[in-house]
Amino acid sequence: MSVLGLYNYWIFIFLMMVGFYILISRGNLIKKIVGLNVFQTSVFIFYISMGKIIGGTAPILIEDEAGHAADVLYSNPLPHVLILTAIVVGIATTAVALSLVVRIHEAYGTIEEDEIHAKDEMP
Amino acid sequence: MDDRVILRVGAKILTPYILLFALYVQFHGDFGPGGGFQAGVIFAAGFVLYGLIYGLENVREVLPPSVVQFCAAFGVALFAGVGVVTMLLGANFLEYGVLAHDPEHGQHYGILLVELGVLITVFGVMVAIFYSFAGRREFRE
Amino acid sequence: MSILVGISLLALLAVAALALVRLRNLFAVAMMAGIYSLLSASLFVVMDAVDVAFTEAAVGAGISTILMLAAMSLVGHEAKPRTRPAILPLFVVLITGAALVYGTLDVPPYGNADNPVHQHVAPHYIQESGHEIGVPNIVTSVLASYRGYDTMGETAVVFTAAVAVLLLMASGPKRREEEAEPITEEERDG
Repeated sequence: MSVLGLYNYWIFIFLMMVGFYILISRGNLIKKIVGLNVFQTSVFIFYISMGKIIGGTAPILIEDEAGHAADVLYSNPLPHVLILTAIVVGIATTAVALSLVVRIHEAYGTIEEDEIHAKDEMP
Repeated sequence: MDDRVILRVGAKILTPYILLFALYVQFHGDFGPGGGFQAGVIFAAGFVLYGLIYGLENVREVLPPSVVQFCAAFGVALFAGVGVVTMLLGANFLEYGVLAHDPEHGQHYGILLVELGVLITVFGVMVAIFYSFAGRREFRE
Repeated sequence: MSILVGISLLALLAVAALALVRLRNLFAVAMMAGIYSLLSASLFVVMDAVDVAFTEAAVGAGISTILMLAAMSLVGHEAKPRTRPAILPLFVVLITGAALVYGTLDVPPYGNADNPVHQHVAPHYIQESGHEIGVPNIVTSVLASYRGYDTMGETAVVFTAAVAVLLLMASGPKRREEEAEPITEEERDG
């Protein structure tokens, strides 16, 4: 089980680093935003994987036939709540970033980072 | 007969079911997965689908931008308003127990109103952002 | 069985992320980002996070894709290829990745019920939410009642984002009536 757990965390680190690499190595602004989204989603996967209990179920209370609460192991609901908030905030920042990219394109005529720097340095 | 007949007829048939499903997700958020955010996004997706197929002017007639902007602000005001009402009734901010005769019913009412506020805001925000992006002509020098 | 599904989903996610590095056509990038979101939503279901999976599928694979396609139709369809080899970014990424892997050697075992994260407030929520609030979905009760203040802040953040987008896109070339066309036609040509 420990190798499986480590595989989970290492894939999360791999995804996070791939998103980080897209963010810093690609010059196109939209690809940078996509890299940021990949980074964000990998962090969500990490949090949710920390909340999982093996043998547990989704955190929705189940009642047995007598109407009492069933004796079931539930996965931790707290990371779910935090990540729900984080997903919605992530889409909000992505929308603002994309509208900034549209305005940059109208101001500079391009969305490649080196061309924008070159246009800024011209007198 | 243009080649987008399938898209038009399909969108026309699907849109009411999409909106109905969004309301189902909203009200069954207490008993299964769901809640305000998911419902707001799905509700907005119904209108976005209509706008993509039938054109921006048509969806703007159905849902004017002023209504959408009002919705975006109204949801936040509803959420904060529930908190202010609980304060006026003597309890702390957003303590739903005082909204009804016994605390558990109060929690139910509080959660219902709060999730409704979240639905309205998320719906308004998603449609407003879609209108801003889709209503812009490509800039040619 | 679910372990097998989880392993294959994680592998597919890694492949999708690698594809995103290499793709240059922005239409393909938007679609691949949608696929990435959908795969992570499936992974969330395998990890018992059904609310989060719902939200990620609706928001990531739905709204995010449509916004990226709309932005892409306004700014251009192709990214420029990279001329110089990316030595410094690769070096930074490898150093950071190595540091993080070193950190995971101390992480508590995956899925263990005695992990520190399951000790503090979570048992209280699971046990008391039934009779304090009476709503079966514990995530909804925590989101709307126990942590309702955070949810109000989040709603305000979403509203602020809408205000920011409306301010940024208020002035500029608007579509005139006669040349307005649905996005699908431009994507088809793109």
